[in-house]
Amino acid sequence: MSTLEHWLQRYNAGRDALPGAGVPWLDALREEAIMRFADEGWPSNRLESWRHTSLTLLEERSFAPASAPLAPETVLQRLRSDGEEAAGGHWLVFVDGRHAPALSELGALPAGAEIRALAEVLATHPEWVEAYFGTVEEGASPAALNAALAADGAFVRLARGVALDAPLHVVFIGGVRKGASLVRNLIVAEAGAEATIVEHYVGVDAAGDAQAGTPGTLTNAVTRIAAAQDARITHLKLQEEDRSTVHVAHIAAAQARGSVFASHSLSFGAQLARNDITTRFDGEGCEALLNGLFHVDGRRHVDHHTRIDHAQPRGTSREFYRGVLDGAGRGVFAGRILVAPGAVRTDAMQRADNLLLSPQAEADARPELEIYADDVKCAHGATVGQIDEDSLFYLRTRGLDEAHARNLLTYAFAAEVLERIGLASLKRRAQVAIRARLPGGELMEVL
Amino acid sequence: MNAPTKPIEAFLDREYPAGFVTALEADALPKGLSEDVIRRISEKKGEPEWLLEWRLESYRRWLTMTPPGWAQVSFPPIDYQDIVYYSAPRRKADAPKSLDEVDPELLRTYEKLGVPLHERARLAGVAVDAVFDSVSVATTFKKQLGEHGIVFCSFSEAVKEHPELVRQYLGTVVPQGDNFYAALNSAVFSDGSFVYIPKGVRCPMDLSTYFRINARDTGQFERTLIIADEGATVSYLEGCTAPMRDENQLHAAVVELVALEGAHIKYSTVQNWYPGDKDGKGGIYNFVTKRGDCRGARSHISWTQVETGSAITWKYPSVLLRGDDSVGEFYSVALTNHRQQADTGSKMIHFGRNTKSTIISKGISAGHGSNTFRGLVKVTPKALGARNYTQCDSLLIGGQCAAHTFPTIEVRHPSARVEHEATTSRIGEDQLFYAMQRGLTAEDAVSMIVSGFCKEVFKELPMEFAVEAQKLLGVSLEGSVG
Repeated sequence: MSTLEHWLQRYNAGRDALPGAGVPWLDALREEAIMRFADEGWPSNRLESWRHTSLTLLEERSFAPASAPLAPETVLQRLRSDGEEAAGGHWLVFVDGRHAPALSELGALPAGAEIRALAEVLATHPEWVEAYFGTVEEGASPAALNAALAADGAFVRLARGVALDAPLHVVFIGGVRKGASLVRNLIVAEAGAEATIVEHYVGVDAAGDAQAGTPGTLTNAVTRIAAAQDARITHLKLQEEDRSTVHVAHIAAAQARGSVFASHSLSFGAQLARNDITTRFDGEGCEALLNGLFHVDGRRHVDHHTRIDHAQPRGTSREFYRGVLDGAGRGVFAGRILVAPGAVRTDAMQRADNLLLSPQAEADARPELEIYADDVKCAHGATVGQIDEDSLFYLRTRGLDEAHARNLLTYAFAAEVLERIGLASLKRRAQVAIRARLPGGELMEVL
Repeated sequence: MNAPTKPIEAFLDREYPAGFVTALEADALPKGLSEDVIRRISEKKGEPEWLLEWRLESYRRWLTMTPPGWAQVSFPPIDYQDIVYYSAPRRKADAPKSLDEVDPELLRTYEKLGVPLHERARLAGVAVDAVFDSVSVATTFKKQLGEHGIVFCSFSEAVKEHPELVRQYLGTVVPQGDNFYAALNSAVFSDGSFVYIPKGVRCPMDLSTYFRINARDTGQFERTLIIADEGATVSYLEGCTAPMRDENQLHAAVVELVALEGAHIKYSTVQNWYPGDKDGKGGIYNFVTKRGDCRGARSHISWTQVETGSAITWKYPSVLLRGDDSVGEFYSVALTNHRQQADTGSKMIHFGRNTKSTIISKGISAGHGSNTFRGLVKVTPKALGARNYTQCDSLLIGGQCAAHTFPTIEVRHPSARVEHEATTSRIGEDQLFYAMQRGLTAEDAVSMIVSGFCKEVFKELPMEFAVEAQKLLGVSLEGSVG
């Protein structure tokens, strides 16, 4: 059972074995974080920001490791063969939340770029991460649980002006032994540094939907990004986990003057996935792009909560989220744009569109503006609808049958999000992922 | 371009013109709330046993509830034992039988407020039910309405004369335990208006209620119930004012609308409760629950509100679209100036097939005002072909104010089409400059821009209210309109 006691026991039993145990600041932070989690428990829909997604189901699920592990090698193989150029780049692979050096392939890194497993850094150079590890208060209670128990993850540090030549792929293969994996990724970009980082969350088990009471997999991930002045970070997250997985993630960026942060979140897997994506403009003239696509079917549930904090003047943010909802799936989008007092010349735009394909699907949208300054340009829009009958008719006059016309329009709706992904190889990978899921997607290859 | 803002600020500081106190003797219960107080309210009003029981049940529910904390407003906790729950102007031995018997002091109050209560009523052609503190003072045009079978009277009168109608509909739209303030109202409501339009009748004139809080430390808890029977049509107007006082006064009303098959209800509000002074001292807490129920097929409920008053506004006029092909509408202008806070919006819940709803909200924030739009559009699993369009725009005047937009969309039917759009902007210096170089003064230019911003909502108001609303915005904001 995943009750609070389970986690407290796990913490008490394992705290001395956690990487970096014995480092005073880290011990204190972990202690406080577990206290916070014990205090708050899993978020339920009594909390305003969890109204449409409750994690109390986790209390009834056990995350005990299973005895027979599956082969992660084949999963990685499949992943690396998708997309033409995707085999290149730097690969850092984790299995069930632990670094797998045998599967990783970092290749040659430019001078000034440091990419390592967090466990290693915590054990050898805890002072590197002290300022970037995060705080106890950050995020909801699952993020606090993560702060207390996260044992590994990616650590990326780019010195001033260093640009990573090829994308860094951080792969988390989950569900090999079932159980819970808590990972924490820290990305530190010094002034003017540039990088594209892809987080893949994949599962090994293709079994059906998880039932309450059965063992399952829990992924609890936190990614923290610190972008110094004029740094440019592109972050892409591709979540394709098993249907028995519960995925809870928090991506938090802090941007200094003139930095550019792009986040692409593609959520296709897991029984329940909750993504909190936040960025804060700590300096003038920051730019942010939050781009996302999700697909649900069966009884799956995907929730994106985003927050863009325009704390300083002259920031620009653009946000686009799209959801395709099939079966009895449920998609939730809540996006908040906050403009602090004095953050003048803010330009913020947000769009959320949902396509409902089935009578049992549900879409919930909460686009929110919170504005404390007058010289701003802010707009948001949200829609929920179905395939446009006129477009359908037009395609049918061109000789497509109804099923194909529908599939084509559904694909077109989803593919618009991919157009914003700059790198061709990543776009290609995302296309493969979409096609594998949308009805009749394989035909799009031909068209 | 600093010059034009100065006259604007001067106008922003204008004081509340309806803030006079009428010297009247009042028959009031002592402060505080208990079952005993509720029994006495009920007894004073000569209510039947079932209504007393209904009140007591509401009170018991209220005791178990906590005030909602999710709204974007802040105020010190309210001491519910420090409020007078019943206050009536003291009368001679018998209640007035005609307008001539109504206390002339009271009539003068309404005259000052510009309510067409007496002769002016006939000219304006508006039937008025005026509620002063807790009781309804006079209802005009009763006879003419009676000829059509229309019932338009105070709530207490309706309890006596049409108990079967009241009993059938009371609490069916806003149940007793709906929310903290609605439960409080259900327990202690003292008066309000009651309207019943019979089958197929088109109400020949606009019906109107004027609410005024006069006495100190008094809460006003009115309850309005409007029923439009099959095929009936009615347009209802509501206006509110209160004297200037340093303390905050509570106003927790409940309005229930029931539209049966093919019925059409249009409910317009101009709310001008005392907003407090420019430092945020005093003012009315306007915590109101308003809900309409499109119970029959092809029924239509439309809310229009102009909210310029109150220290805090907490209200979400909603429509339950239960009948097939029913239509719900919400048009709102909310203005917050000085330290005013408004958290307002609408809920549209689609149950029936081919139901349509529209939400148009215009928020204006000035001074240190905080204006929040909060909305919910919900399409339930059986609501085939539901359609919603929501637009909420915010206008910011000055760098200290705040504007928020918190809509929620929940859709559970694939045939639904739901759209939401929101924008936030300020009166641009270039807009002002353009208008001024055409010869307009700064205040004229501002008022013109604000009027243009609110046009979509004003055009939904009945004529005389549209004029009043324009004026109010002028007074509340820049004072140069008209």
